[in-house]
Amino acid sequence: MREKELEKLKNYKYGFSTDIETIKAPKGLNKEVIKFISNIKKEPKWMLDWRLKAFERLKVLKEPNWQKPKYPKINYQDIYYYSAPKSASEKPKNLEDLDPKILETYNKLGIPLQEQKRLNGIAVDAVFDSVSVATTFKDKLTEKGIIFCSISEAIQKHPDLVKKYLGTVIPISDHFFATLNSAVFTDGSFVYIPPGIKCPMELSTYFRINASDTGQFERTLIIADKGSYVSYLEGCTAPMRDENQLHAANVELVALDDAEIKYSTVQNWYPGDKDGKGGIYNFVTKRGLCKGNNSKISWTQVETGSAITWKYPSCILKGDNSVGEFYSIAITNNHQKADTGTKMIHLGKNTKSKIISKGISAGFSDMTYRGLVDISSKALNSNNYTQCDSLLMGNKCGAHTVPYIKNKNSKSSIAHEATTSKISEEQLHYCQQRGLNSEESVGLIVNGFCKEVLQQLPMEFAVEAQKLVGISLEGSVG
Amino acid sequence: MENQLKNDFEKTIKASDFSKKDIDIKENYLKKFIKTGFPNRKFEDWKFSDISQIIKKNIGELDFYNDYSSPNKIDPSIFVDGLEHNKIIFINGRIEKIEFNYEDESRIEILDQQDLKSNLKYENPLISLNNAFTNKYYKIVIKENYALKRPLIIYYTTTENVNCKNINLKLDFLLEKNSSIKLIDISNDLSKKNFINILNNFELKKDSILKNYKIDNKENDNIKYSFNNINQDINSISETFVLSSGSNFIKNEINCNLNGRYSSAFINGIFSLMDQRHHEIRTSVNHLIDNTKSYQLIKSVLDDNTKSVYQGKIFVNQFAQKTDGYQLSKAILLSENSEFNAKPELEIYADDVKCSHGSASGSLNEDSIFYLMSRGLNYKQSKELLLNGFLLDVIEKITDSEIKNLIKNLIGIKE
Repeated sequence: MREKELEKLKNYKYGFSTDIETIKAPKGLNKEVIKFISNIKKEPKWMLDWRLKAFERLKVLKEPNWQKPKYPKINYQDIYYYSAPKSASEKPKNLEDLDPKILETYNKLGIPLQEQKRLNGIAVDAVFDSVSVATTFKDKLTEKGIIFCSISEAIQKHPDLVKKYLGTVIPISDHFFATLNSAVFTDGSFVYIPPGIKCPMELSTYFRINASDTGQFERTLIIADKGSYVSYLEGCTAPMRDENQLHAANVELVALDDAEIKYSTVQNWYPGDKDGKGGIYNFVTKRGLCKGNNSKISWTQVETGSAITWKYPSCILKGDNSVGEFYSIAITNNHQKADTGTKMIHLGKNTKSKIISKGISAGFSDMTYRGLVDISSKALNSNNYTQCDSLLMGNKCGAHTVPYIKNKNSKSSIAHEATTSKISEEQLHYCQQRGLNSEESVGLIVNGFCKEVLQQLPMEFAVEAQKLVGISLEGSVG
Repeated sequence: MENQLKNDFEKTIKASDFSKKDIDIKENYLKKFIKTGFPNRKFEDWKFSDISQIIKKNIGELDFYNDYSSPNKIDPSIFVDGLEHNKIIFINGRIEKIEFNYEDESRIEILDQQDLKSNLKYENPLISLNNAFTNKYYKIVIKENYALKRPLIIYYTTTENVNCKNINLKLDFLLEKNSSIKLIDISNDLSKKNFINILNNFELKKDSILKNYKIDNKENDNIKYSFNNINQDINSISETFVLSSGSNFIKNEINCNLNGRYSSAFINGIFSLMDQRHHEIRTSVNHLIDNTKSYQLIKSVLDDNTKSVYQGKIFVNQFAQKTDGYQLSKAILLSENSEFNAKPELEIYADDVKCSHGSASGSLNEDSIFYLMSRGLNYKQSKELLLNGFLLDVIEKITDSEIKNLIKNLIGIKE
C-alpha cells in the first residue's frame, strides 16, 4: 500500500497530505455557514451583509453550461466551505509561533517561509486551506507603504480600501462561481501599492488545499495606485485524493493611472490519476481593470494541473493608452481538460492588447482556447494581436480554438492567427541524431514551443515552470 | 405564433396530396419548430445574429400558408444575358419551370416528392420550419459520368403580389459517380419584408464535382436564410462561392461533410455591404476521414452602419489524419459604425494534421492610399482600386472562367 502511494507520488510530488487538526465550518451552503465564516474572521457587519447579498443572488443564478469540459453535477451542500488548521485560529505573531507541521509542509513544497532562507527577497503569503498562515517580509514592505497581507486582515485594518475596490472588477452578480466565491470566500491576498512606488520585490502567494471534502475559495485583490509597479506570483498545489475538489477563486486587479501590474500563475493543482480519477476543478475568475490612463496589466499563466481548468484571465482596458497582455501555456495530459483563454475588452482610446497562447495536449486530454477580443465603437486607434498555437501528441486527445472577435471601430485593427500541428518527425530525428532520447527531444521541442511565454515569467518561476512542462508530459511519448 | 403555425400547417396539408406517413413526418418537424421558435442569441450559432429579433423588428408577425394553386407569370427580363444556361425558376416559392435545354435529357433525372425524412446530421429550428412547410420539392439526379454542358441557374424570384410572409424552398441534388455540375443561385426580389428560407442538399458520389455560386447582389428588404448541406464521397470536390450584398439580412450556412478520402471543399465568400445591412456566413467543414482538404477565404468590405459575421468551423475527428484545413477572414471597415464579428473555430482530435486560421480586420491602409494619390489618382479612385484588389483576391479563386467574368460584371469589378 505504502509503495503504491510512493509510486503515485513520483508523478505528482506535491500529492502528500499533512495530518493536522483542523477547525471546519459545518458542511453545506447556507446563511449560517456564511455567518460562521464571517464571525470566525471577526469581520465587520458590512462585510457580512456583502456576503449575504451575494448569497441571495446566488440562489437565482444557474451554473453556466457552455463550456467544453463537462463535469458531474457538484453537490454544493456536500462541501466544507471553511477549514483551517487549529493552530492558526490565533494567527501567529511571527514565524516561530507557526505550527511546525505547516512549516514543514511548505518546506516540502519548496516554499521556505523562514525569511533568512529566502534567496533574493520574494515576499510570500501562504494560504493553507481556508486561511492565510504566514506572510513574510512584512517590515520591509511596510517601510515603503506597501500593504501586503491576507484579505481578512485587510478587511479589519484597511476597510476603506477594501470597501472602495472589492467587487468593482468582478461584481457580486457576475456569474455563478464568482458569486459563490463572493458569498463564501475565506482568505486570499491583499496588495496595495501606494502612488509612485515600485515594489522592490516579487510578491507571492502560495495556495495549498489540504483537507478533504473542502473547497477553496480565495479572493485576491491587488491595487496599484498611480505610477506604481508590482509583480505578483501565485502558485498552488493540493494532495492527491480520489474525489474531485472545487477551487473557485476570484482575483481582481485594479491599475490606476500609469500603474503596471504583472500577475504570474503557475498552477499545479492535483490533476487526478492516470484514469482521470480525482483532481481539482479549477473554476477561477480573474479579471483586471486598467482603470487609469497609460496603465498596464499583464497576465502570465502556466497551467499544468487540475482535472478541469476553466478560467479566462481578462483585461478591461478602460483608460486611454492602456495595455493588456496575456501569455499562457496550458498543458493537459491523461484525462485532464482545460478550457482557458482570455478576454480583452477595449473601451479606451489607443488601447493595445496582445495574446500569446500555447496549448499542448497529450494522452486522452482535451484543450480549448476560448478568447474574446472586443473593440468597442469608442476605442479609437486600438489594436490587438492574437496568436494561439496548439500542439497535439497522439490521436486520443483534442485541441480546439474558439476565438470570438468583435471589431466595432473602423480605426482599430485586430489580427488573429492560430495553428494546430504535431511535433514533426524531422525535428525529433534531428534531436535524436544528436544523442537525446525521444523524451528529452520532446521536452526540448516543447520548451522551444513555449519559450515566448516562459520568457515572461520572473526568473525563479521560469526555471520551475520549465521543469514542470517536462514533468507534465512525462510518459506521453512513444 | 403557435396558433398561426398550426392553422397554416392545416391549410398547407389540405392543399396538397401528402401521404399519411409524410404528414406525420411534417408534423414532427412542426412540433420541433414550435418547441424552440426562431433561434435567438442564446443559441451559440446565432450569437451574432439574433434572427428572432431581426424578424420581429423588420417583418413583425409571420404567416406560413402559401397558395401554390395558380401559376405565376415568368418575366424573361430576369434571365442572365450572354450566358447559355439551364434554368430552374422559383416564383414566390412555387417551382414554375425546370428546363435542361442544353443537356442530354436521358442523363438527368428529375424526381418528384422524395422521401421527406431528412438525412441531415445537423438540424436547427429553421431547417425544421422548412421541412414542415415546403409543399413540393424535387431531387435532381445527374447520372454517372455525365458533366453538364452548360451551367444551371436557379432563379429565386419573388413578386409584389406574394401572398405569404414566409417562403420555404427546398432542392436536392445527387451527383452520381464522376458527374459534374455548375450551379448558380440568383435572387430577384420585388417583394418587401418576407422571410425566405432555402434548404439545399447535395450528395456527391465518387469523383464528382460541384461548383455552386450563390449570388445575392440585388438590393431588397427581405430576410433570408440559406442552408447548404454537402456530403462528399471519395475524391469529390465542392466549390462554394457566396456573394453577400443585396438583402437586408441574409445568413448563408454551409455544412460540409468530407466522408471520402481525398475529397476537398473550397468555400469563398465576399461581403460587400452598404446601408445598414447585416449579413452572416457560417461554415462548418467536417473532416471525417484521412487525407481530406478544405480551404476557406472570406472577405468583407463594410460601409455605413453595416455588420458582417463570419463563423467558420473546422472539425477534425480522430480518424482524419493528414487533414489540411485552412481558414482566413479579412475585413475592411470603412465607416465608424460598421462592425465585423468573427468566430473562426478549430476543433481537432487528430494529431497529424495541418490546420490554421487567421482573421484580420481594420481600416483601409492610409499608406496605400497615399501611394496611389501621389501617382495622380484622386481619393475616390484610390479607394476603389484598393477595395477592388482586396475583393478580386476572392473572385480569382473561382475556377470557372466564364462564371468568374459574369460575377465580375455583376459587382462591377474591372481588372
